[in-house]
Amino acid sequence: MAQDTVARAVRDAPVSGESLLKARGIEKHFGPVQALTSVDLDLPAGQITALCGDNGAGKSVLTKCVAGIYQIDHGQFFWEGQPVQIHGPRDASRLGIETVYQDLALADNLDIVQNMFLGRENVRNGFLNEDDMERAASKTLANLRVTTVRSIRQPVASLSGGQRQSVAVAKAVMWNSKLVMLDEPTAALGVVQTNMVLELVRRLRDRGLAVMVISHNLNDVFQVADRIAVLYLGRMVAQDHASAFDRQSVVEYMTTGTSSRGQRVDGEAGTHGAG
Amino acid sequence: MARAEAPESAPDPTAAAEAAELELPPEIVAQSLGQWFRGWMVRIRSGDSGVLPVILGLVIITLVFEAVSPHNLFLSAGNLVNLFQQSAVIMVLAMAEIFALLLGEIDLSVGYVGAVGGVIAVQLVQPRTTNWPWWAAIIAALLVCAVIGGWQGTLITRLRLPSLIVTLAGLLVFNGLMLILLLLGPFSGYPNLAGLSSNLQVLYKLMWGAIDPIVSWIGMVVVVGLVGFLLWSGDSRRRRSGLVAPPVSLTLMKIALIAIVSVVVVGICNINRANTGVVEGVPWVIPIVLFVFGAWMLLLQRTQFGRYVYAIGGNPEAARRAGIKLAAIRTWCFVLCSLTAGIGGILYASYLGGMSNNVNGGQLVLYAVAAAVIGGTSLFGGRGKVLHGLLGGLVIGGIYNGLYLLSFDVQWTFIVTGFVLLVAATIDSLSRRSATSGSAARV
Repeated sequence: MAQDTVARAVRDAPVSGESLLKARGIEKHFGPVQALTSVDLDLPAGQITALCGDNGAGKSVLTKCVAGIYQIDHGQFFWEGQPVQIHGPRDASRLGIETVYQDLALADNLDIVQNMFLGRENVRNGFLNEDDMERAASKTLANLRVTTVRSIRQPVASLSGGQRQSVAVAKAVMWNSKLVMLDEPTAALGVVQTNMVLELVRRLRDRGLAVMVISHNLNDVFQVADRIAVLYLGRMVAQDHASAFDRQSVVEYMTTGTSSRGQRVDGEAGTHGAG
Repeated sequence: MARAEAPESAPDPTAAAEAAELELPPEIVAQSLGQWFRGWMVRIRSGDSGVLPVILGLVIITLVFEAVSPHNLFLSAGNLVNLFQQSAVIMVLAMAEIFALLLGEIDLSVGYVGAVGGVIAVQLVQPRTTNWPWWAAIIAALLVCAVIGGWQGTLITRLRLPSLIVTLAGLLVFNGLMLILLLLGPFSGYPNLAGLSSNLQVLYKLMWGAIDPIVSWIGMVVVVGLVGFLLWSGDSRRRRSGLVAPPVSLTLMKIALIAIVSVVVVGICNINRANTGVVEGVPWVIPIVLFVFGAWMLLLQRTQFGRYVYAIGGNPEAARRAGIKLAAIRTWCFVLCSLTAGIGGILYASYLGGMSNNVNGGQLVLYAVAAAVIGGTSLFGGRGKVLHGLLGGLVIGGIYNGLYLLSFDVQWTFIVTGFVLLVAATIDSLSRRSATSGSAARV
């Protein structure tokens, strides 16, 4: 409980306005294993929240709970202030929640348009309406300024890693989504490609979407994150504006669940109480 | 091109981007015929050659057999029509097999499922027993084949049995069923299509009947005109609204190619091919095969169902996450595979003028798989077109026909076809390897 108080105090102080998604007291266990313990999470619109944590901290479980793939045992989600139930992936996408998983789930033999519309094709008189789909896909890519692809009709197999990630993100935002969660979007990418994807993530935020990025890479986290949330053994041990953290404190939160430095920073700032 | 307009977005390392561009299908990036041709050459050199190997194979087969066949019989009108009739069954069975291959599965039962369909159709029209009208017999035969496909597909998708095993069992079971069906009725195992009954005649004429030359020409003009108009209006509509479209000259070239091939085929068919008397006109089997081809091409390229088949073949997990019902689509593919095999079986019965226990469905299925792969369909799923069945079927029919003209025995047909299949499978494997290693290098 002491840790809960820390987290809540850290969280409540700086967040202004209503969060798009609020999770309160989320609990999830698999048999005897408690994967999430009373987790609170805020994902405000127009901000990038980085979700950090060591392996097994519960990042993926939390993401999958929000995406509707796992059912939570206890707790409550609030969407635009209203309590909501997320019982399955369809509930999540109906609310406007889209997830880009690490493996991207693209079919290499299909082209960009075909992948972006996979499962939600535009059909007229029983036949695919390729013209409208191509127009919508190219509009979405242009809005996100994904301009490095040579042709929107090229098979995904011929794209670079960064371009593939961009297509997966564009696929996620095409459906009027309001919250996009990205699982390790830069894990397999080189420097240039990483910058390209991070730039894309910033553009999502600038369009007013709530963005959650799961990442191990603290370089990326500090480059793009407006807010940072750290999970440690299934508990949310820290959640605040990115400026309240430095690398050292994030690493300490990730590995030990507390941070001497982090608390000192908070203490000096005088904003956030420390338990 | 787009990169120059948006310098602020981080570009790829130039070399990688160039490499990626070069491997693109030329028809989606080329602005002119010259560009298209250059892009095409690059793709061929990088191992992704499309239908080029099979077209080359057809040209080689034609030249070699024309040169060495006695009295240059190979390219005579009579032999070419005969060749098409021989290839038709393999073409249709190959188009059936493509439904399984696109999923990354295989159907070894198409030969005997087709044979079961053929026997049912032949038995039902016999005037001395059931005496069904020809159309009812065909519908019943195709329905039985579709049910067989549904049964096999259900075992494969719901019980998760490997398609290789289920359809291998099917090869045996339906061989047995064919033999049982053959023995029904007073035909001592050889029901045939000889006789004056109009229902027998119609089934016989599926392969051996010909359309009047004048009607053939008119039909050809209508079909080519319609296809040409659809191609032209589709491409120019896309060009007008700024969508990805091939250059005008390429569209015109495609239409011209279709027109030339059609004129040549109809022209050859309209030459009198009989030694005595008059036999001329396009055999019925040609429009039948083209109809199957057109229907399945539309289904696979232009409908949601077809898109899902390709998606499942390419990445089943992506398809599942997209909300596609994998089991249903897969089962329907096996239904369509067996249904198409039934069409092939009925054509085969017509070709043989009846059915007998000499029908070798095991060999037919191997020819069908070989034809699909020779045509360019991948054994690994997700890559292939109905057109590949047509072209691959012509290759196998050409080898069979040519060696027969040279009075080689059937063992040489097997050996030559086997080697052609090996070459085709090697091309498939190599182009697949170069594609995957290429994308791995670009990650």
